[in-house]
Amino acid sequence: MELTVNWYLALSAILFSIGVMGVLFRSNAIVILLSVELMLNAVNVSIIALAQMMADSTGHILVFFVLAVAAAEAAIGLSLVIALFRTKPTVDVNEFNLLKH
Amino acid sequence: MDALLVRLIILLPLAGAILTGLVPLFMPGLRKNESLISTIGTLAVAVPFGMVVYLFLTFDGNAFVATFYTWMAAGDLSVDFAYRIDQLSLIMGLVVLGVGTLIHVYSIGYMHGDDGFWKFFSYLNLFIFAMLNLILADNLVVLFLGWEGVGLCSFLLIGFWYTDLKNSAAANKAFIVNRIGDFAFLLAMFLLFRELGGLDFDTLLNGVDTLSSTTVTMAVLLLFLAATGKSAQIPLFVWLPDAMAGPTPVSALIHAATMVTSGLYLLARMSDMVLAAPGVMVLIAIVGALTALVAATIAITQTDIKRVLAYSTVSQLGFMFMAVGVGAFFVAIFHVVTHAFFKALLFLGSGSVIHGMHEVEHDLEHEGHDTSSFDAQDMRTMGNLKAYMPATHITFLIATLAIAGIPLLSGFFSKDEILFMAFQAGYNGMPVAYAVWAVGILTALLTAVYMTRAYVLTFRGEERWPEAPSIAPHESPLSMTLPLWTLAILAIVGGYIGLPGVIADGDWNWIHHYLAQDYGGPVADLADSAGFSLPLALKWLLIAIGGGVAILGVSLAWVAYDREGLAFDDRLRERLGPLYGVWEVKYRLDEVYDAALVNPIRDIMGQGFAKADASVVDGVVNGAARGAAAFGRVLGRIQTGVIQRYAVMMVLGVVIVMALILFV
Amino acid sequence: MDLSQAYDAMLGDLAGAFPLVLLAVAGLVIVVWDAFRNNDPLLPYIAGGALAIGLVFEGSQLASEQTTLFYGNIRAGGFAAFINMVLLGGTLLSVVLSVPYLRQIKHAYGEVYALMLFATVGMMALATGNSLIMLFVGLETMSVCLYILVGLVRKDEGSIESAFKYFVLGAFATGFFLYGIALLYGATGTVYLHEMQSGFAQSGATTMFWAGVGLLLVGFFFKVSAVPFHMWTPDAYQGAPTTLTGYMSTTSKAAAFTALILVLYYALPPERWTTVLAVVAVLTMVAGNVLALAQDNVKRMLAYSSIAHGGYILVGLAAGTAAGYSGALYYLLIYSIMNIGAFGVIALLEWDGKIGREQTMESLSGIGTQRPFLGLAMAVFMFSLIGFPPFGGFFGKVAVFGPAIDAGLTWLAVIGLLASVASAGYYLRVVYVFSFKSADERPAEAPATGTGFNVPFSSLAVLSLCVVLLVVVGFIPGLRDVTTHYFIDMAVAAGTL
Repeated sequence: MELTVNWYLALSAILFSIGVMGVLFRSNAIVILLSVELMLNAVNVSIIALAQMMADSTGHILVFFVLAVAAAEAAIGLSLVIALFRTKPTVDVNEFNLLKH
Repeated sequence: MDALLVRLIILLPLAGAILTGLVPLFMPGLRKNESLISTIGTLAVAVPFGMVVYLFLTFDGNAFVATFYTWMAAGDLSVDFAYRIDQLSLIMGLVVLGVGTLIHVYSIGYMHGDDGFWKFFSYLNLFIFAMLNLILADNLVVLFLGWEGVGLCSFLLIGFWYTDLKNSAAANKAFIVNRIGDFAFLLAMFLLFRELGGLDFDTLLNGVDTLSSTTVTMAVLLLFLAATGKSAQIPLFVWLPDAMAGPTPVSALIHAATMVTSGLYLLARMSDMVLAAPGVMVLIAIVGALTALVAATIAITQTDIKRVLAYSTVSQLGFMFMAVGVGAFFVAIFHVVTHAFFKALLFLGSGSVIHGMHEVEHDLEHEGHDTSSFDAQDMRTMGNLKAYMPATHITFLIATLAIAGIPLLSGFFSKDEILFMAFQAGYNGMPVAYAVWAVGILTALLTAVYMTRAYVLTFRGEERWPEAPSIAPHESPLSMTLPLWTLAILAIVGGYIGLPGVIADGDWNWIHHYLAQDYGGPVADLADSAGFSLPLALKWLLIAIGGGVAILGVSLAWVAYDREGLAFDDRLRERLGPLYGVWEVKYRLDEVYDAALVNPIRDIMGQGFAKADASVVDGVVNGAARGAAAFGRVLGRIQTGVIQRYAVMMVLGVVIVMALILFV
Repeated sequence: MDLSQAYDAMLGDLAGAFPLVLLAVAGLVIVVWDAFRNNDPLLPYIAGGALAIGLVFEGSQLASEQTTLFYGNIRAGGFAAFINMVLLGGTLLSVVLSVPYLRQIKHAYGEVYALMLFATVGMMALATGNSLIMLFVGLETMSVCLYILVGLVRKDEGSIESAFKYFVLGAFATGFFLYGIALLYGATGTVYLHEMQSGFAQSGATTMFWAGVGLLLVGFFFKVSAVPFHMWTPDAYQGAPTTLTGYMSTTSKAAAFTALILVLYYALPPERWTTVLAVVAVLTMVAGNVLALAQDNVKRMLAYSSIAHGGYILVGLAAGTAAGYSGALYYLLIYSIMNIGAFGVIALLEWDGKIGREQTMESLSGIGTQRPFLGLAMAVFMFSLIGFPPFGGFFGKVAVFGPAIDAGLTWLAVIGLLASVASAGYYLRVVYVFSFKSADERPAEAPATGTGFNVPFSSLAVLSLCVVLLVVVGFIPGLRDVTTHYFIDMAVAAGTL
């Protein structure tokens, strides 16, 4: 069985869905951050596979940008979780619903 | 060169408004610098006045349009900021800027020491700017902008001393009543645009012939309704007397000389179209005559000096509408001009009187009197002011005689011309015009009576305020009396621009030759085209009747009030019985309006929400409002504040978007 | 092309992208300066100066031809200059309003201005980007800075919570956005917007292409807070420092809308997305206004109101014509002025010590009688937001609803008009509370706002500038159509017209 681009795309879709599920259903803030990272990296798989298929370097460049952005987001996200933890000693996102309606 | 002048004429007052308004707003230190503010404010009007004079003197008889730029061009509708210089706009410009300059000068003295001095000049300049837009506009859209602008300034200035609730209420009343007229204006614009595809005056007036008579009638009717709002005619005149709550220079400028005449200006500008709707013209004549009579009868009973003048203004505007109704547009404009002179003079004179009476009030307070019931505008506390305020007295007397129509003063010529035109229209086959003429003669008599009454009660007889004459008012400063004298001269000679037809067969009627279409002007004229002319003897008789009633009215009232003073009011009340009672309560029109219009609107707006079942309409409105708010609260429930609910909503949104993109 | 040529070309392009570079450098200078002289009061002046210079530069470019720089990655001149002026101007006004406000809430940090500059760099990259990579980088640069700005008051649990919500949902939306980019890249073989349609025609990967379009739209809808992707908006706006709320509610929305317009115009064949835009526009207008009607909290009310305005702009986009696009851009300009002004007034009136996030309408009773200027300014902003002539908002609404009617979407314009009428319900309530309620009806714990504070001169100047602009903006000739011809010209160039 040859490993065509569709397999990579399917893998990417599955990983992305896992990430979405993680954001939707896990209540731990850290796990939600990880899930978001998973979504971005799932997309990276798609981009690399497509770039490889088309023999086009633009996709690879895009991946580098995505990695940099993901790193920045992770830094911001973790520092926000720390700040959040200082106001209320929990990382359960359901506990934070001061602003509503 | 001329186009540049037009730009400057329009923009200088705006620049003045900004300089005197915004700069002191940010630099409170400048607010008290009255000399600087008044210099800028006055120059911003005086310089454009000079320019208009120049344009007037060099005008070669050919109208020209100065286009600033195309404001919006959407589809068929192209609206330019374009201004039209022709005989009509020049005359109006001279009046607005000339009287405006004098009133700015007067305000320097009148508003001295007021905390809002800078605001007042800013508003006045802004008003002049809006008024210039109104009278110089080349299309109805710019005219409408000016129309709304003067309405806004009027609102701001009536409520200038807004801390007094009464003044705010008057401002609101003026604003609301005027909205009715403005709505009619808008409808007229839509109608004309739909039928003619443009709103500049050339398109409108050249296209009159292509319109069906129903359309013309509707359009003119709507324009007339708009004019009744701005120019305070039946049924929309109730706001003007209340508008006297504003500072007196405002009453003189806006509510006597300029803004209230803009309805007349509109009809004169559209004269070709108005002439195509003879049915509406009959209505205009009747409304004008009725308004003139009703307002004059109310004026006889008023004791507040400014209210007398306010009702007098309404009455005089009624005269002008009579002229429009009989197709004599240039005469209406003629009366606009002379009325601007003598009515502005009367108001400024009354302002000078009020200024003096405030001084009395202040002194009384100083002496420890209870002045809470003292009213500086009430003629019942005045009397014999001629001894204390000689300049005010003489000028006020001149204005009184002018408005009464004493021969050889300005009011005589213009009012006589209106009555003459009404009679001539009757002679030419418009039966209702005879009735209009008769009402006009009666009103002229009443005018002479109530104005003489106001003059005598104010300036002659005994002093009626407490502690007279040890406490006495003084003459106002030069900045106030100078405009009075200037206007007094104009009130005397202003009429000679329109000498009656009996002299030189009408050839010396300069304003007729200047404005009328037969002589190359912009204003149509029914009298010229009709061709009939009265016999010379009849013309002399009409003039004699007009002058006669004026002299009769003045002398009767002079003798009666000089001899008996206030007591004569009681004699009149006794004599006339219920009739006087009806006048005194102003035909209960305010109450009728309150009951029929103002209260229901206020109730629906104010209490309607509390009484959902008051009426079906209320119910529906409330239902919708409550339903929307309740719906909002339900939607708000979704906003739980929990991040993951939000994320679920987003995923739902993703599904919707993807479904729409991929499968629809 | 050898390296030296590329180097020369890059130097030339740097001059064309001068404001972008200037802002980035100024931001770095502020960061370094701040490290040595913490919270130096000079810092906002550096930011303001850089913004003002950039604004002047873009103004000079307004009449020049539109070009692309850096091998077609970013636009400059003409159209790009217009939107950059909106972004730079909005940021400048926000910086001026923020200085006294941040001092008042005791968070006058120097890095705020660096972050605002970086965010603006991101917005400009997003709004003028011509490749999907540029859009992505711009969007993320903007978002990351805004996450920090929202959570600026990090001792306040509301502020940090709103930042966290904004961050998690923003990152979540970024995932979809990026997935959309990946699929579009795969389906067309290019990341450049103007090559996308032809690439799509060659590859014929239909499902992949349209799925990519859908996911890309989702990312944009999130950033412009269209319903149902709006849930973060009221929470983030409520918890953010108020002047910064004004900043992010206007400039970030303007940038995202501009990018969306460019993507729609250059990259996507119009057959499918009109329905999506129309549906989302209706949902946004209705939900935004209805939610605002029921709202008693001032900042949340303005947040829902800004959602509703996004809906009006979407109406212009749904029209899909040059007039619709340029109308939407015109609306963004006017919307920025009135919203920055409205938040600026609210920022001056805060007293609860919680960056105003718990202030109700009643807390503003009678301000208009004690502070007539603030009352007047707020009335102008509210009437303009309603779309009442002659204020700017009216001309903005004409500019977006008119093209929609021309494009046959009359029903959409009618819903928009009805929504505007309904919106009068809550906007007029603000005017009513300001001017007709007595100050006695204010909650007892409120300070005597009428006497207790000074309105800084700079805030007064900005607010009156906003008021004046709103009064005159509709009368500036040709402004409404200043961007129209770019869309038509490009259509001619692309051979689609």
